[in-house]
Amino acid sequence: MAFEIPNFAPALPEIFVFTMICVVLIVDLFLTDKNRSITYLLSQATLLGAAILSVVIQSSVPEYTFSGTFVNDGMGTVLKLFIYLSTAVVFIYSRDYLIERGLYKGEFFVLALFAVLGMMVMVSANNLLTIYLGLEVLSLAMYAMVALNRDSSIASEAAMKYFVLGSIASGMLLYGMSMLYGATGSLDHTTIASAISEGSGDDIVLKFALVFIVIGLAFKLGAVPFHMWVPDVYHGAPTAITLFISAAPKIAAFAMLMRLLVEGLGGLLEHWQDMLIILAVLSIMIGNVIAIAQSNIKRMLAYSTISHIGFLILGVIAGTSDGYAASMFYVIVYALMSLAAFGMIMLLSRKGFEADTLDDFKGLNQRSPWFAFMMLITLFSMAGVPPTVGFYAKLAVLSAVVDIGLVWLAVLAVIFSVIGAFYYLRVIKYMYFDKAVDNTPINSAYDMKVVMSANGVIILLLGIYPTGLIALCTSVLA
Amino acid sequence: MIELSDFLILGAILFCISLAGIFLNRKNIIIILMSIELMLLAVNMNFVAFSHYLGNVDGQIFVFFILTVAAAEAAIGLAILILLFRTKRTINVDRLDSLKH
Repeated sequence: MAFEIPNFAPALPEIFVFTMICVVLIVDLFLTDKNRSITYLLSQATLLGAAILSVVIQSSVPEYTFSGTFVNDGMGTVLKLFIYLSTAVVFIYSRDYLIERGLYKGEFFVLALFAVLGMMVMVSANNLLTIYLGLEVLSLAMYAMVALNRDSSIASEAAMKYFVLGSIASGMLLYGMSMLYGATGSLDHTTIASAISEGSGDDIVLKFALVFIVIGLAFKLGAVPFHMWVPDVYHGAPTAITLFISAAPKIAAFAMLMRLLVEGLGGLLEHWQDMLIILAVLSIMIGNVIAIAQSNIKRMLAYSTISHIGFLILGVIAGTSDGYAASMFYVIVYALMSLAAFGMIMLLSRKGFEADTLDDFKGLNQRSPWFAFMMLITLFSMAGVPPTVGFYAKLAVLSAVVDIGLVWLAVLAVIFSVIGAFYYLRVIKYMYFDKAVDNTPINSAYDMKVVMSANGVIILLLGIYPTGLIALCTSVLA
Repeated sequence: MIELSDFLILGAILFCISLAGIFLNRKNIIIILMSIELMLLAVNMNFVAFSHYLGNVDGQIFVFFILTVAAAEAAIGLAILILLFRTKRTINVDRLDSLKH
């Protein structure tokens, strides 16, 4: 049997990241806590190198390799670049936080890079097996990261819940995949799509498979009614890890949604559309309403994430390329906002003090007008107030939904995001109109302050000039 | 002659047992971990059955990957379990309730 050597070029960024993870793992063994910054710099260099490679090998037409299991296309390149960007920002924000808590170890960087590798594989998957492997590399790394603080009982409880629910999700997804394999006789997305369009698969089995796949995806996305793990994990994990989980993996989850439902099961659009409508409506409703009752800001942002996931699903429901582009724009914007919001919690926290209750934000304006303003922009953007970018993100998904005639869905989403505006505005009221409880000056590293400011300014600037990013998303999904 | 549907029914039964094991069990986390393994094995049963009856080896390759990932998953699950026992001194499911509000 002849063995054909596959074309490695489209997978170069993944190969590079994997090699560098091994290098970081070995180098870190020989470092003491004093020179841990070498690990930090190597990790940042890995992300930079991967970004350069991804740009160099980008191609406008999809390139398939490894017997069609792996694809390199425009959507993949853009999503990967934002994954690198948000991970790099996470490394910058979390450095001081981790040092103060004695968690600044090589494990953090190695696990984060493994998670990045898993996300890259998910983004480029064109086969059920590749999606599953990417998802597991990501999930296993994240379970371990949530439990990184070994002395914290809430972190280990959160890790256990995350592990159990994440494994159930994988099991559901796999069961759906096995049925899909049985119905179409293939694991390849392209072959599955053509089998469905020719009508060669058994319709009942396909629908049965679809139900399990949608449940698995909803678990991983954190959509209601499969959202139980989100608030507990966001609350229990160290803030640096919450920051990581809330940004880049959402981008990867969007990619998984696109690869599985749109590219693989696009022929079953009318069936998964109804299921996603239920998920989106429940997520937007429950996320926004329960967030009001939270006093812990990490929990509040977790419920806000759930409602954002609802909006993200809205664009996919539309089933048009405009809708997919709107969703992609939404997920990128959401990653930026969530980095800014959780970054602010880390900026305010210090050794022995987690700024994770709403009261800790009281009087922020007196302590630091600039950072209070940055948080104001972020919260306005999350609530969807113009001229911040969150407004355009919501507008894009809602107009995609209106275009296919689901006006009631758009109206419902708007009503609940108005209700949701309440808890964002409450934080703003605390920051600007309440007296500060503690007046400790905000001390943090110079680079964190610069990136934090840039993050806030970008949210504002993208809101004033959103066309560039929207055009980019539209062009890669056309 | 054993039909394809017999294997699928067995797979479905195993899957349901594992789900019931996860949701009905209120005592011990180790039982949950065992149920998760059973869930993956139910999926493997499906893949092998389909692979045999379709005459396509892709499903069997998938099974090898699932087995490998299941081993890694069990390792991480048990590691978290030990961590939980060290910090909480219990692995009772009912006692995992400190993260409510």
